[in-house]
Amino acid sequence: MVAIQYLTIISVVVAFAAMIIKALRYATAPQSMRWELYPVPHEKGKAEYGGSYLEELNWWTKPRHKDLFNELKEMAAEVILLKGVFNHNKRAWCSSWPFHFGLYLCIGWLVLLLVGAIAESTDVRVTAYGGTVWQVLYYLTAGFGYAGLVLSGVGALGLLIWRSSDAAMRKFSSPIDYFNLVFFVVVAVVTLAAHLTADPGHAAMRSYVHAMITLVPVREVGTLLMLEIVLISLLIMWIPLTRMSHFVAKYFLYHSVRWEDEPNKRGSKLEKVLLGQLGRKIGWGAPHIDSEKTWGEAVTEDIKHE
Amino acid sequence: MSNQDIKVKDISRKTDQLFTLDTKELPKLPYPYEDWEEPPIGDISETKQAKYETNLDGIMNVQVPIPKTDAEKEQLVAKFLVGLRKLLSKDSNWTFLQPLMLSLDNCVKCNTCSDACPIFEASGRAEIYRPLFRSDILRRLVNKYIRPGGKLTAKFTGADIDLNWETISRLAQLAYRCTLCRRCAQTCPMGCDNGLLSREIRKLFSQEMGIAPSELHEDGTIKQLTTGSSTGITPLALADLMEFTEEDGEERTGMPCKIPFDKSGADILLIHNAGEFLSWPENIQAFAVIFEAAGLSWTLSSDFVGYDSVNYGLFYDDTQYARVTLKHAETARKLGVKKVVLGECGHAHKAAMAIGDRIWLGEANIPRESCMVTLEDIVLNGKIKVDPERNYFPVTVHDPCNITRSMGIIEPQRRVLRKICPQFREMTPHGVHNYCCGGGSGFAIMQSNNFPSWRSMVSGRKKMAQILNAFTREELDPKVNKYVCAPCSNCKGQIRDLFNYYDIWERCHIQYSGLVELIVNCMTDAKEGFIDWEEFH
Repeated sequence: MVAIQYLTIISVVVAFAAMIIKALRYATAPQSMRWELYPVPHEKGKAEYGGSYLEELNWWTKPRHKDLFNELKEMAAEVILLKGVFNHNKRAWCSSWPFHFGLYLCIGWLVLLLVGAIAESTDVRVTAYGGTVWQVLYYLTAGFGYAGLVLSGVGALGLLIWRSSDAAMRKFSSPIDYFNLVFFVVVAVVTLAAHLTADPGHAAMRSYVHAMITLVPVREVGTLLMLEIVLISLLIMWIPLTRMSHFVAKYFLYHSVRWEDEPNKRGSKLEKVLLGQLGRKIGWGAPHIDSEKTWGEAVTEDIKHE
Repeated sequence: MSNQDIKVKDISRKTDQLFTLDTKELPKLPYPYEDWEEPPIGDISETKQAKYETNLDGIMNVQVPIPKTDAEKEQLVAKFLVGLRKLLSKDSNWTFLQPLMLSLDNCVKCNTCSDACPIFEASGRAEIYRPLFRSDILRRLVNKYIRPGGKLTAKFTGADIDLNWETISRLAQLAYRCTLCRRCAQTCPMGCDNGLLSREIRKLFSQEMGIAPSELHEDGTIKQLTTGSSTGITPLALADLMEFTEEDGEERTGMPCKIPFDKSGADILLIHNAGEFLSWPENIQAFAVIFEAAGLSWTLSSDFVGYDSVNYGLFYDDTQYARVTLKHAETARKLGVKKVVLGECGHAHKAAMAIGDRIWLGEANIPRESCMVTLEDIVLNGKIKVDPERNYFPVTVHDPCNITRSMGIIEPQRRVLRKICPQFREMTPHGVHNYCCGGGSGFAIMQSNNFPSWRSMVSGRKKMAQILNAFTREELDPKVNKYVCAPCSNCKGQIRDLFNYYDIWERCHIQYSGLVELIVNCMTDAKEGFIDWEEFH
């Protein structure tokens, strides 16, 4: 293998490790208090107006009806269409949606390149004339790649213009925000240029992926393609190290906080976990708190009359 | 410094006052208040100014003592940093660590939250009241002073902020320019919650530095945990008060108005906000008349703390919150009731039902229900007789944030109103998308210094406009009596102050009160005229 391949491997390993660490950090945080926010989409028959099971008389005696289909629908609308941004910030959506949807297509492009590379490990050739299935794969890969790069590049540029031209946005934007967006624009431009000029059918890129999965040295690649691979590798590594990896956190933000309305029933597993939390040392130092006590002791002691 | 020029890093600027609200810049109110001119917000007395910080905006609702020496300032800054670390600790802050981390780490700073914030909008878009402004101060402090390598990368990552006395004293005040209504969180595409971050800042100041508004702490939770109620009403005084309330209720309605206490084994323990006992006894009477007429097995408690559902800890301090709510749970357990019904008080609902869900444990895990639901069952299932024609006047409803946005209790109260009020209409927006009354998170009880003026002019401005817009121009004529149903004690307090400030009874004849008052007003077995238009306002 050659240096560029080691860089790609390192970037993928770092990216996955960073995402796993991030997810674990949230997943292993202590069970917190309830802090849901309505509307909660799994509230069957009530989600539309923001209602909850707490609207039911003697709600604890009734079976809970969760509408998981509606929750999935809401998630799909959020992930694919960025529904929240569309509803509340149309100006941001005009750039944010193409940017995000473009990235989804780019991920699809990478997956299709991988599928093509695996196929080419056999006798198959993924070409514009390679028979129905492989022909479709060929055009799909190219389609996802070009559409994804154009959309994400245009979206990133739009976000860059918005951040730098809007007075309020400018106040809250830092060098890293501009750097990240410029990074995306550069990657999109370089990658598009590389494929339009040197690898229009993405065959060279597929060969690179093939070399990666078979761990053999990649054959010579052109300068632009080399630059593309370096930039993509660096980007893949960089994203999870920044807050751009909010896709990991968003799951927890929605499922562990915003939509988390599971009632604590007597004798439940949740109750056992919560009882365990009361044994933690409270630690706070204000005069009305004895920092040496546990939570359970501190919150059940009587405050003395003065 | 002009409003538009203020940036987050200016929070550490060594100036006397960072921002002064120009009341001429506030958005105009609708008819008939288009020409209403707001006076400047008054100054704070020189004695207070010498003692407490007003270096944010010259408004005072949290008393931040001014350190006497530079050494003292440094000590306090160091203490703040210790608190900041505890805020991120699994032991000291297990209660909210996960949502805190998520909201701290993942804001993309798109500013979508700004347009949802009633205070930011109603202030004429004052930069310091922007939801992101406050949360970004906390975020930058964590990123620069707590995260490894934070100082090195601060310029690049945008954590360029200095930690000094100005920063933390202003941050303490800024945490009390947000009503924790969480409307901003609803619009956040990521799901980040500026309301939560405001509360976490308040917690740090209270739980580590002992800094909190006196109305919430000394005269709030401390008083409640030492006398039994934040109003200061002791169990003995309560008995006297209720005797008079019963007599008066029977006289006004011509119906039994028995208020049972400490009935062991009753089906329902009803807990009121004790503010009702003093300020709105008709609310207590109405509950008694309705519950008795419906034949419910119910009781109030005279147990220490058990008769006052108030829990101001919800707004600023987890330990005080837990102490109070566990007293409520213990009261219910001792009485052996089947369920606890929360009276018309939004924050009490959230304290006992939503957050309390994770702390009423074991034998104290007695089911809790909203009175909106109990009342819906009574009214819609014909357990009392009503004549909606008695409520033939324009009625609108205010949605308490804690009951609606934080708990999803939207329709029960509406189904009651639709049945008993022929002229019921909604505000815009309403339900989960409502605007806060402006008195949320304890603001309604903060009556000192110049804060009440700010509360009426700024935090309550959106609600004032919503109320006016709920009625037609013809209806706004003072000859037409109108009613704002505000089924929450704190919201009522805020609306009362708003109405007084804007002289709304004289100018528009709009009245406010709760849901139960409307129900009793149309009960066919009750004397007519429970709602006394001249007396209620």
